[in-house]
Amino acid sequence: MANFFVRRLMIALLVAFTVSVIGFSLLRLSGDLASILAGENATTEDIERISKAYGLDRPWIVQYWDWITKALRGDLGHSLFTHEPVTELILNRIGVTATLAFSSLLFGLAIAIPLGVLAAVKPNTWIDRSALFVSVSGQATPNFWMALMLIYAFGVWWRQAIVFGVKLSEISIFGFQLTGLPISGSATWLHFVMPVLTLGTSIMPSIMRLTRTGMLDVLSSDYIRTARAKGLPSRSVLFKHALRNAILPIVSLAAVQLGFLLGGSVIVESIFALNGLGYLAFQSITRIDFPVVQSILVFLACTYILLTLISDLINAKLDPRVRLS
Amino acid sequence: MTQTAPSPADNQRTAGEFETLAPSPRELMKRRARNHPGLIIGMGLILMFCIAGIFAPWLAPHDPYDQNLANRLADPVWGPKGSWEHIFGTDALGRDVLSRLMYGARLSLLISFTAAVIAGVIGVVLGIAGGYFGGRVDAVVVYLINVKLALPVILVALSIAAITGGSILILILTLGFLTWDRYAVVVRSLTQQMREQEFILASLSAGATHTRIIFRDILPNLINQIIVVASLDMAIIILIEAALSFLGLGVRPPTPSWGLMVSEARSVMFFKPHLIMIPGLAIFLLVIAINMAGDGVRDVTSPEGRS
Repeated sequence: MANFFVRRLMIALLVAFTVSVIGFSLLRLSGDLASILAGENATTEDIERISKAYGLDRPWIVQYWDWITKALRGDLGHSLFTHEPVTELILNRIGVTATLAFSSLLFGLAIAIPLGVLAAVKPNTWIDRSALFVSVSGQATPNFWMALMLIYAFGVWWRQAIVFGVKLSEISIFGFQLTGLPISGSATWLHFVMPVLTLGTSIMPSIMRLTRTGMLDVLSSDYIRTARAKGLPSRSVLFKHALRNAILPIVSLAAVQLGFLLGGSVIVESIFALNGLGYLAFQSITRIDFPVVQSILVFLACTYILLTLISDLINAKLDPRVRLS
Repeated sequence: MTQTAPSPADNQRTAGEFETLAPSPRELMKRRARNHPGLIIGMGLILMFCIAGIFAPWLAPHDPYDQNLANRLADPVWGPKGSWEHIFGTDALGRDVLSRLMYGARLSLLISFTAAVIAGVIGVVLGIAGGYFGGRVDAVVVYLINVKLALPVILVALSIAAITGGSILILILTLGFLTWDRYAVVVRSLTQQMREQEFILASLSAGATHTRIIFRDILPNLINQIIVVASLDMAIIILIEAALSFLGLGVRPPTPSWGLMVSEARSVMFFKPHLIMIPGLAIFLLVIAINMAGDGVRDVTSPEGRS
C-alpha cells in the first residue's frame, strides 16, 4: 500500500507541475501579452511600460519561477483590473462554486443510481428503455440551452400558466407559495435550483450508464447466485451484495465529475449570474486578466488531480487488485 | 484426367455454394445493421443534416447574412402572422432563421469532423504507442493522458480563443488538441490486450517489423472501436463549440453558428422563445443522431452484439 501510495503521489505531483506550466504559458501563447493588454491604439512606449510594470520583459522561465514560488506560499499575485489579491478573489468565490458543484453531484447521483439499478434489475423492459432515453437525451442537451429553457419555463411560463383551471403560481406547499424561481443571483437557496438542475442533468447520464453496466455485471456473478440460493431476501442481495460491489467505479467517476463540475460551471454561472469561480474565470478571460486566469486554471486542475488521487487511494484501499497490479 | 483433377474454377464454385448455406460475417453484419433501429434512425438524421449543410448554398431559401430590419422577428409558419416565406421566422436583424440553421449545420459538421480527426490521429498514435511498446513509452503516454484530463477544457479553450482572437481554424485545432484523451485511453487498453494474442506473436516470430504489425495487424482490428469513439468525440465537440460560441468566444458574428444563434436570441427569448428553441433543438438532434449511430456501430460490429 505504501509503495502504491508513493508511486501514485509522484505521478500526481508531476502532472500538477506540468499543468502549472501549461496554465502559466497559455495566455502567453500569443507571444506578446503586453501589446494585447495595451490595446490597439497603444504606442510602443505604452507597451514597454506595461511590459515593465507586470514584469513581462523578463525571460519566461524567470517569470514562471517567480510566480510558482510565490504561489506555493499562497501569494498568487494581483488582479490587473480590480487590484485585489488573486488568492482572496478565489477564496471569496469558491464557496458558491463548491455549493453548486456538490449539490449538482448529489442531485445527479440521487437520480442516476436508483435509475441505473432499476434498469439493471429489469433489463429490456420499459423501465430500462426510459432510463436509456433519459441518459441519451441528457447527454445531447447543451448546458446553456437547458439553462435558458428552465429560465423560460420557471421564470416566465410558470408565472402565468393555468393547468386544469389552477393557476400554478398560486399553489402553495407547506405554506410556501410556488411563485416561480429567481433567474439570477446567488442570494438564497432558491437561486441554486435551476443551476443545480442544469448541471445535475448533464452529469447524470454517465453515472446512470456506469451503474447499470456495473450492476448487470455483478448480478450475473456467482456470489449473487449463491446469496440468492441461500434464500436471502432479494432486497438485501441487491443492496448489501450487489450495489456495494458496483459502487467502486461510481466513486471514481463521481470524483472525475466533481472536478468537471468545478471547471465546467463557467457556462451555468454566467447565465444565472452566480458569483462563483466560473463566472470570475469567464470575466477575467474576456479582459485578459492573466494573473487571475492562470491561477484559476491551475487551481482547478490541481483540485481535479487531488480528487482523482483520493478516489484512487480509496479504490486501492477497498480493492487489493488495484494496489497490487 | 480432366474429370479427376478439379480446376480452380470448381473450387471457387464450391466455396460460393458454402457461402449461400452459411452467410459470411460481413453479410451477417449487414443483416444486424438492417435490424438496428437506432443505427438507421441515427444515420438517417445525420444524412439529413449533412445534405442540409453541404448543399446549403443551393437549398437555403435566403442568404443567411441578408438583413431586413423591416421584417425583423417575423413569426414562424405556425405563428399567428407566419408565412411560408420564412418557415422558422426571422431573427432580431430580420435574417431568415432556416437559412442560418442550414449554414450552421455546415459549420458544426465541418468543425466537429475535422477536430475529431485531429484528436483521433493524436489519440490513436499515443494509444498504440503506449499499448504496443509498454514500459517507458507507456509511462509517458499515461502521464500525457493524466495531464490532458486535469485541464479544464472549457476554460482552456476560452483562454486560447480570447488571446488569439478566435478564427475557425484555431477553434478546430484547439478542440482537436483538447479531446484526444478518450481515443488514447480506449486504443491503449485494446492494443495492450491484442499485444498478448497469438496472431501478433505469430507475426513477430515470422519476422514482421513493428511498423508492419501495427499497420497490418493492430490498426485494422481497432477501426470499429475508433469509429465508435470518434462519434462520441464529434458529439462532444459539437456541444463544446456551441457553448464557446454561445459565450461569445467561439465562432464570431455574423457567421451563422447554432450556439451563436441561441446567444443572439437571448435578449428576445421572453417574447420570441422559438428563436432559442429552434437552434437548441438542432444541436440536440444532431448530437443524439451521432450518439445513436455510434452506439449502433458498436452493437453491430462487437462480437457480443452478434447474439
